[in-house]
Amino acid sequence: MAINTIAKTSHLTRFIMRLDRIRIPLWLIGLTVFTLIVPIAYDDLYGGPESARAGLVETMANPAMIAMSGPADFDNYTIGVMTAHAMILITAVIVGIMSILLVTRHTRADEEDGRIELIRSLPVGRLSYLNASIIVLFGTSIVLALLIGFGLYALGIESMDLNGSLLYGAALGATSLFFAGVTTVFAQLSDTSRGTIGFSIFVLLGAYLFRAITDVSNEALSWISPLGWVSKADVYSSNNWWPILLMVGVSILLFVIANYLHSIRDLERGFLPSKPGRRFATPFLQSPLGLALRLQRTGIISWAVGMYVLGATYGSVLGDLESFIGDNEVFQQVLKGAEGTSLIEQFLPMLLIVITLISSIPPIMAMNKLRGEEKKGRIDHFLGKAVSRSKLMGSYLVLSVVNGFVMFSLAAFGLWSVGTSVMDEGLSLTMIYGSTMAYYPALLVMIGISILLIGFLPKFTTFIWGYFLYSFLVLYLGGLFDLSEWIGKLTPYGHVPQAPIEDVTFMPMFTLTLLAILFMAIGIAGYNRRDIE
Amino acid sequence: MSLVKVTNLSKKFGKFTALDGVNLEVNSGEIFGFIGPNGAGKSTTIRVLLGILKASEGNVMIFGKDAWNDAVEIHKRVAYVPGDVNLWPNLTGGEVIDLFVKLRGTNNKSRREELIKRFDLDPTKKCRTYSKGNRQKVALIAAFCSDADLYILDEPTSGLDPLMENVFQECVLEVKKAGKSVLLSSHILSEVEKLCDRVGIIREGRIIETGTLKELRHLTRTQVFVETRKPILDLNQMKGIHEIAEKDQGVNFQVDTEEMEHVMKHISQYGIMKLESAPPTLEDLFMRHYEGSEKTDTGVGGAN
Repeated sequence: MAINTIAKTSHLTRFIMRLDRIRIPLWLIGLTVFTLIVPIAYDDLYGGPESARAGLVETMANPAMIAMSGPADFDNYTIGVMTAHAMILITAVIVGIMSILLVTRHTRADEEDGRIELIRSLPVGRLSYLNASIIVLFGTSIVLALLIGFGLYALGIESMDLNGSLLYGAALGATSLFFAGVTTVFAQLSDTSRGTIGFSIFVLLGAYLFRAITDVSNEALSWISPLGWVSKADVYSSNNWWPILLMVGVSILLFVIANYLHSIRDLERGFLPSKPGRRFATPFLQSPLGLALRLQRTGIISWAVGMYVLGATYGSVLGDLESFIGDNEVFQQVLKGAEGTSLIEQFLPMLLIVITLISSIPPIMAMNKLRGEEKKGRIDHFLGKAVSRSKLMGSYLVLSVVNGFVMFSLAAFGLWSVGTSVMDEGLSLTMIYGSTMAYYPALLVMIGISILLIGFLPKFTTFIWGYFLYSFLVLYLGGLFDLSEWIGKLTPYGHVPQAPIEDVTFMPMFTLTLLAILFMAIGIAGYNRRDIE
Repeated sequence: MSLVKVTNLSKKFGKFTALDGVNLEVNSGEIFGFIGPNGAGKSTTIRVLLGILKASEGNVMIFGKDAWNDAVEIHKRVAYVPGDVNLWPNLTGGEVIDLFVKLRGTNNKSRREELIKRFDLDPTKKCRTYSKGNRQKVALIAAFCSDADLYILDEPTSGLDPLMENVFQECVLEVKKAGKSVLLSSHILSEVEKLCDRVGIIREGRIIETGTLKELRHLTRTQVFVETRKPILDLNQMKGIHEIAEKDQGVNFQVDTEEMEHVMKHISQYGIMKLESAPPTLEDLFMRHYEGSEKTDTGVGGAN
């Protein structure tokens, strides 16, 4: 009986590996390269005696950085410790996203689309497909751990020994396993793939934000967050394996729970209740704009909450940052240059770039939904009725523009409301809000480019994310890697004055807005002339 | 008066020619059947009619307006049901019906309830739980409760059960009685035979036959079964005789319509005991065109 429920698991394992033969290696290669280039760059820039990194310790050991990348052994800040500190948490988040996407594909998404029904009609066990996807993720995690572990060691950097390197890899492998476990459980609870991804990402971001707050305020509490365990491994310093073993143990427990839940439920059902819906549409729903808003409602609300929390999280560290800078002579000297601005204001541009870039994700997604609907064959329902293409695209555009405004406002408000309560002198709402909104025209340009792509090159709609990633890397890492100025000017965000240190001037905002409107108009014209797939 | 007039329509996707000089007319008050094998260009034609695809060449007019430029005006009077109904998984059937009706601009609440009852649909369920047939019901209900002048139905019944198929046919005939026109693309030839006034057959992007069923039949063969006192001699050498097969005491064959008189004269010499003749079914017509294409493709045509 027990054997029967997992019959043919090995066949299905090979089948899933065949399905993902490109996707998984791409993730693994990407993650490995992403991890390995950083210590090489650091070694170039900051290698040599400890004194070469003294200034860096000062910038990294402040609360804002700890909130972002966790605590570290600042007394012994070698290239190894520095790499682990700067990279391991952010990589762990990406690894978590990888696991969530890979697992959802082969659990709830396959089930929702009726593919598991086909498989279950064959002589395979009830739990076989679930366990085959778990095995594939196990394999992926182990390969990831080994690739990164031996890869880091092979760099031959003095402070990166074999034990630490393997622990670095194992921490990421364990993270992959942990979020695979979380996702398999949610795949049983929720009855849609969207729900599965949503809940799992919520846990991932929750874990990240929770440890951001506790790492700054009370480090012991970080033990509650699984991502806290990654920092607690203290890679390249005390090399603590216990948190990683704990993570693997909890993952296995999650897999067991998922198996149990799977065995007691019906196919294509979940445990979270789905209530009967409305018999009639509300008047609100009965337009393209209403429908678009309705379809994105849950996403918009989640993002809105997320943006406020993101702003609030950064805001919450401003108080610590203030007292930190107050005590630190080196900082006071470094930052003395600009007259008339407070020390905190010196830090704000960097925070604002990150906040506005992240706040740009939901509005761009909202615009690209138009293309998503087309790919799913649902645009015909509109164009087959008395709805013009301009009106259809216009509805999505309005939604996207308003969405961006709301996200920007909430993030700014989150930053201000918490920031002002933890700081001695408080923060000016006008200053924070104005500096954030200075980036709004840049977002409009991004939306305009999205519309251009949907209007003329619909197959390349996702290119906007490549451009977005470019903007992020250039502006976020630009300072660290000392890039030329023109590289930053290739993204609309690079033209925004960095308030509050720089004055917000009229010209760049006007030019960006004008450019955005031009892109939108051309894109809508293109959409009016092309075939719908 | 023709509501739909397609003249010399061509549609190319890159180098691939999907439609190659299609001519088509749907007259006011008639049900026009549009048949053809998979990939022949039925859905492409319909999507050009709806202004979702842009014609590479040719002229497409509906209600005397251009299908591409005046799409919105035209669609106020058109109801469309796609073959593959993709709906939003998190909306209920009832919500989608209301949305569709509203987008078209008309509203008929009592008709909506009546149709939901007739098609036996639970409108409070989310679309993700619907089977293919139920999704088609949603689109059909939305189409039939709007007061359109032209109904464009693209294989609307491929997922319906026989009972619902009947309801569908009733709805189409009601619409026709009200003086509306229907363009019905279908695989189910018995349905087309039952409903349609005129039929167009499309193959490889060209309309190869169009006319009333009667006209089409005229061009083809009649199925004949005869029992005679004496064996019929030289039957297989006569002009216009196909697919001879002996069956029981008699013989089965097909006769080209224009050779009928000649053939009857010949076999009556042998003393007819029993004679049955049947008009060709639409399926026969369809199969004949379809097989014809295979022969031309392989170059073995002209065996008969």
